[in-house]
Amino acid sequence: MTRFIERHPVWALIVIIAVAVLLWLVFAIWPPGLEAAVGRKRVFLNAILNGITLGGLYFLVASGFTLIFGLMRNVNLAHGSLYLFGGYIGYAISTWTGSWILSFIVAFIGVALLGVLLQIVVFRRMEGQDLRQTMVTIGLSIVFADLMLWVFGGDFYQVQTPSWLIGPVPLPLITAVKSSGEPVYLQYPLVRLVIFVASVVIGIAMWLALNRTRIGMIVRAGVDDRDILAATGVRIQLVFVLVFALGAGLAGIAGVVGGTFQSLSPGEDTRFLLASLVVVIVGGMGSIPGAALGAVIIGLAEQLGSVYIPTYAIVVTFLIMVLVLALRPQGLLARR
Amino acid sequence: MSLLQSTQLRPDASASAARRAFIRAWPEFQNPVAWLVALILVIMPLIANGFFLIEIFGTTLILGIIALSLMFLAGYGGMVSLMQLTIAGFAGYMVAVFGVSANTNISLGWPWWLATPMALALATLFGTLGGALAVRTEGIYTIMITLAIGAAFYYFTNQNWAIFNGHTGINTVATPQFWGVDWRSDIAFYYVILGVAAICYFAVQYVSRAPFGLALQGVRDNARRMAALGFNTNAHRIAAYAFASFVAALGGVLQVWNYRQISPGSVSVGACIDILIIAIVGGITRPIGPFIGALIFVLLRTFALDFLVKVGLDGNRFRLLIGLGFLAIVFWSSDGVIGLWERWRRRDASAGARPGGGRHG
Repeated sequence: MTRFIERHPVWALIVIIAVAVLLWLVFAIWPPGLEAAVGRKRVFLNAILNGITLGGLYFLVASGFTLIFGLMRNVNLAHGSLYLFGGYIGYAISTWTGSWILSFIVAFIGVALLGVLLQIVVFRRMEGQDLRQTMVTIGLSIVFADLMLWVFGGDFYQVQTPSWLIGPVPLPLITAVKSSGEPVYLQYPLVRLVIFVASVVIGIAMWLALNRTRIGMIVRAGVDDRDILAATGVRIQLVFVLVFALGAGLAGIAGVVGGTFQSLSPGEDTRFLLASLVVVIVGGMGSIPGAALGAVIIGLAEQLGSVYIPTYAIVVTFLIMVLVLALRPQGLLARR
Repeated sequence: MSLLQSTQLRPDASASAARRAFIRAWPEFQNPVAWLVALILVIMPLIANGFFLIEIFGTTLILGIIALSLMFLAGYGGMVSLMQLTIAGFAGYMVAVFGVSANTNISLGWPWWLATPMALALATLFGTLGGALAVRTEGIYTIMITLAIGAAFYYFTNQNWAIFNGHTGINTVATPQFWGVDWRSDIAFYYVILGVAAICYFAVQYVSRAPFGLALQGVRDNARRMAALGFNTNAHRIAAYAFASFVAALGGVLQVWNYRQISPGSVSVGACIDILIIAIVGGITRPIGPFIGALIFVLLRTFALDFLVKVGLDGNRFRLLIGLGFLAIVFWSSDGVIGLWERWRRRDASAGARPGGGRHG
């Protein structure tokens, strides 16, 4: 952190000012002039919170994508299909058993098994051939999309939110002050907050597993140089299978999350593939903290964009990607 | 005397040298099969009726042109760009926006001879900028970035009503009519498509053998060595994107004239991937590959439904068929159908053990 400030004082200053402005906008009571110019503070706060929670979802999808890419150099363009598959599994389980938690577990295991199968049957045969692997994932995404369309049809599905998570909770954020001087607090859906906290917990757990455990050390070594790692006697194929299973399973969990606070339908696979691509390009390919940062940036940009410039929202996301590619082609937090 | 003889010989020798150089530059002209295919394509309106002429062969050539631009980038530049259809779609949208259409609040109503060059120029610019972005990173990242560009454009056209008219798109786009000919009538339009396809095909063929194309192939094979030799590798790559964008834009203009409408569905991610499938299935080492791939794709798309129903399967599983076919090609042939055919011919030639048989491909 201090090194970053020393090396890029101007950028550090810009970042600090931006964060300060954002914090002021979130916590201060807006003066009437600002409300007249920008709109209600409640709308703004909702957009911010929606953006951050959406970022949590994007992180779940993109972290698996970036992990698989970092270790195996496999651009898994079927990652969106894994997301949607997990969502459909979660939907089926939650309607069958009525348990929301169980649907997560089954979706994780189911999609992870599919990932293991893919790695063993398909990708192991073409190791080191990046382009061919990518082509195969494109073919697989088409096949999966059509199979899922076959089974589930073109309908919209939504995973039932459990009763103990339904309803808004008041947050200690003041949106406005009534004429009587009584502050109005923001109400926000509990389920989104819980999911966001869960994705933060998963992110921290992943970070700890990668940085504090032996297997994490092996994975990090593999990201840096998998040939040397294999030469030291590590059973690299096993590591590959494990990482693919974890990455796919995370996509499956994300599918259930997405099915809970959005909906599942054909086409969502592409949407989340695009999201993970952009998140990973912005954050840095193969970097978990990069995926977290990229996910929050893209989530915020998307939500704020859709509130304040509705018909050009996607352009904001896209411009962020362009800007990052122009200034720092390897991504914000990549080490390369 | 000897001097005189040599001066007498020289014109003859240089003529034969020029002939040899010409043959080396354009081996197609020596190939009887190529002449036969060209002849069939030219007299096609006599053979095929309107449906086959436009729906099958016209569409094949249009998709072939767009896939050809991908083949040029992937085959000679080593850059697999998934945004070629997006560039084509952008050109199509620009034709609709600048030209005449039923959406009078959006279309500017320019005549076609002004709107078309404008669309081509803007689409080429768009593709070049996208390419300049994509060459910032290398290799496998190109796919990710170009796919992100393509997908972002698709969602943008869906969201934006001011220019792209949202998900309904722009309808009843006017097509050129001059010299007393309706150029969208089946036969005239077929020849327009055929002419553009031929120009694109030979242009790609020519560029691939020109110094620029050779340098590009050098950059593909070893960018570091080319940079050490003093070539600006990124400039070559971006120029390749510019050329490919122009080819794709031509295809896009033809496509919007063909369907007379354009909507986000025409630039969807699935459609972008279809172009990749066409190029890969046909083979990306030679310009003829994309056209073969396009023919297979269009035939499958048109007849798979009837075929599947006849075999007793669900007719809607066309994409499953395409996906599985694509997977099979990627698994067993790195060079698409052309590669399979060549391998088969080589095996045939070696089995027959004909002395001196088998041309060099």
